[in-house]
Amino acid sequence: MNERLRRSRLFLPGNNPKIIQDGGVFEADSIILDLEDSVRLDSKDEARILVKWALREVDFGRSEVLIRVNSPETEFFEADMAIISERVDGVVLPKAESRGDIERVSSFLDSIDKGMDKDIVIIPTIESALGVINAYEIASSPRVAALAFGAEDFTRDIGAERSPEGNELWYARSAIVTAAKAAGVQALDTVYPDVRDSEGLRRETEMIKRIGFDGKSAIHPNQLEIIHDVFTPSLEEVKNAHDILVAIAEAEEKKSGVIALNGRMIDRPVVERAKRVIRLAEAAGMDIDRILEE
Amino acid sequence: MPVNAVGREIPDEIDGRRLIPFKGAYARRPEGRLHAPKIPPLIKPGDTKVLPSLDDAIDKAEIRDGMTLSFHHHFRDGDMLVNMVLEKLAKRGIKDLKMAHIALFPVHEPLVKYIENGVITSTEGSLNGPTGRAISMGKMKGVATLRSHGGRVRAVKAGEIEIDVNFIAAPTADTYGNCNGLWGKSPCGPLSYAMIDAEHADKVIAVTDNLVPYPAVPFSIPQTQVDYVTTVEKIGIPEKIVSGTTRITTSPSRLRIAGQAIQLLKEAGYIRDGMSFQAGAGGISLAATKFLGDAMRKEGVKGSFAMGGTTRYVTDMLKEGLIKTIFDAQLFDLHALESLRNNPNHVEVSSEMYADIHTKGTIVNRVDVSFLGATEVDIDFNVNVNTHSDGWLLHGIGGHQDVAAGSDFTMILAPSFRGRVPIITDRVTTVTTPGETIDAIVTERGIAINPRREDILDRLHGTKLPIMPIEELMKKIHRITGTPKKPEFTDRIVAVIEYRDGTVIDVVRQKKL
Repeated sequence: MNERLRRSRLFLPGNNPKIIQDGGVFEADSIILDLEDSVRLDSKDEARILVKWALREVDFGRSEVLIRVNSPETEFFEADMAIISERVDGVVLPKAESRGDIERVSSFLDSIDKGMDKDIVIIPTIESALGVINAYEIASSPRVAALAFGAEDFTRDIGAERSPEGNELWYARSAIVTAAKAAGVQALDTVYPDVRDSEGLRRETEMIKRIGFDGKSAIHPNQLEIIHDVFTPSLEEVKNAHDILVAIAEAEEKKSGVIALNGRMIDRPVVERAKRVIRLAEAAGMDIDRILEE
Repeated sequence: MPVNAVGREIPDEIDGRRLIPFKGAYARRPEGRLHAPKIPPLIKPGDTKVLPSLDDAIDKAEIRDGMTLSFHHHFRDGDMLVNMVLEKLAKRGIKDLKMAHIALFPVHEPLVKYIENGVITSTEGSLNGPTGRAISMGKMKGVATLRSHGGRVRAVKAGEIEIDVNFIAAPTADTYGNCNGLWGKSPCGPLSYAMIDAEHADKVIAVTDNLVPYPAVPFSIPQTQVDYVTTVEKIGIPEKIVSGTTRITTSPSRLRIAGQAIQLLKEAGYIRDGMSFQAGAGGISLAATKFLGDAMRKEGVKGSFAMGGTTRYVTDMLKEGLIKTIFDAQLFDLHALESLRNNPNHVEVSSEMYADIHTKGTIVNRVDVSFLGATEVDIDFNVNVNTHSDGWLLHGIGGHQDVAAGSDFTMILAPSFRGRVPIITDRVTTVTTPGETIDAIVTERGIAINPRREDILDRLHGTKLPIMPIEELMKKIHRITGTPKKPEFTDRIVAVIEYRDGTVIDVVRQKKL
């Protein structure tokens, strides 16, 4: 089965009906109905009620529906988990620090998706020094589909200052990508906080893509186009990926063991990468047949 | 009552005027000859046209009860002249005036009392805001006639509007009547909409706050058409021309609408060398103009011309060489003013050349693509821009009918709902522009293409754009908003909506309160 593309995850504050209502129209790969940081303490109940109804009534289009619950340490956690329905594809767990955190959420989900024909995934967010240190055990916990990074809280936790270049985040970003890939899951980067700085967003997205992240979170729909654009493969990449997949198919037909293309050996990671390039191209609306003709 | 081609009942006659039902966008064949203006009075060498005050000009023009007055609308919500003149006339006890302005705005709210007390008893121009509301409430004795920009020119030329006195708010005028909108302390840019009135009115009074020695060049209005020139402290506030319409929207759903519209143009094959488009002001339309420029740049396309509503987004395209020419009838910001002053490829055109159907060819006929707005669209693609879904008459037509009929691909860009009111309905409250001239409606929740455009639907085959039948788009929106109740009206007709060819496309009835 192909893993789901998560180039972009759009946060929607759980207590803002207008924003939630439009949540599906921007074609984010995932939307996150947020019950946590974007909702003030005295609005937690109304947000939960609103999100519960939104899950029933609002058309989120082709976006994966994620819900960010409050941390298991809080009094809100259990009530948040109680509204999870079949419409929810995954739970975003904030401030994940250990395998135990994930297991706690997972045991809740066991009783929720028992009768469903899908498994609700967990996307833990690493937002602390301890979380970074334990990133691999978190990433390799049950149900985890991706490891996300939350830079704002992380910066505070380690006593660093947030800078436009993000040098203070290098270690954490690298550690998260490495842990995620070691566990065979996706790595998703933090939000870019300045909504008006589209050049900065583009630079940062290009950078995190280069170091291995599979997607980036967005706090505003206007950020999605740039994120998607950065994750759109070049024509050259698409042609190359296509050649690899054709070579594989031909080799399988001939039942030949070792496969090579233009003198380079093709192994499994190369094939997986090629498949991903094609899916990214399709997601970006590229007309692959036409590209190949030209 | 006869029913016209868009299914509206049109009375045979109203206030003694025979109404011709709308039969189709190009169904009416023009005939007869143009109405001619009076031969001007004898002006001899040495005669002076400059009068000391606006009151003197009003005296000279011999304004009496029952006369028809006209004004241009280039200052939009920053206009000061209309209120000034009407206040003076009301003080003199003059009544029963017909206002043949181009358009009134919220700034003209003082006219509401003159509508109520019979100083003004009928109108022949666009009504944006309070005056429209007053007329919706049945406060005017006679009927309001609303026309498109082109339709109004046609009506003046056909003699259906006979202007007794035309007041021109002139940013610059010389002592012999040559006027332009480019210079002075209150520049407004083109004087396109004043041109036809100056040509046809019995008396023409240029009112300026920048009187210059003869000759003022360039001139939009020539001395040959102007009877008197007078000065006032200030004619208008150029900053208010913009009134919030020149900022690109930051609303993500509106930006998405603009983005989808440009993607649609791309896939339908309109982003090509030599393309032309109609630009406008207003958040979504501005964003679409900007995105169009981006797309042309990316595709390496060089366009032909833009018809303004001119803003910096269009003038930047001209500067960059993305288009060769701007035709301008109304500008919306200071960048556009600078461009019109300095760039020879930025050209002022009359509203006649822009949009009048009864000419030997208008600019709108040469426009490939246009972005227009709507308060409502129905499942026959008929568009309402005049009334809101609650029935209040609150907007003029502008160039809507003209551009839709002229341009090859007309898109309505609108949010799927405003407040809780859905944009698509089974039947619009008022038909302004017939569905046969509308090609697509683009909302953030989907796009509907007029089934008449099989060619476009063919070209879009296999697209990822969310294209769906208009009925389905309506259902999708109504699922969120519900289906609103229709407004209730009395039987009294308060306004006639003319089509650009002089036939009647709809009428507006008094609101039931």
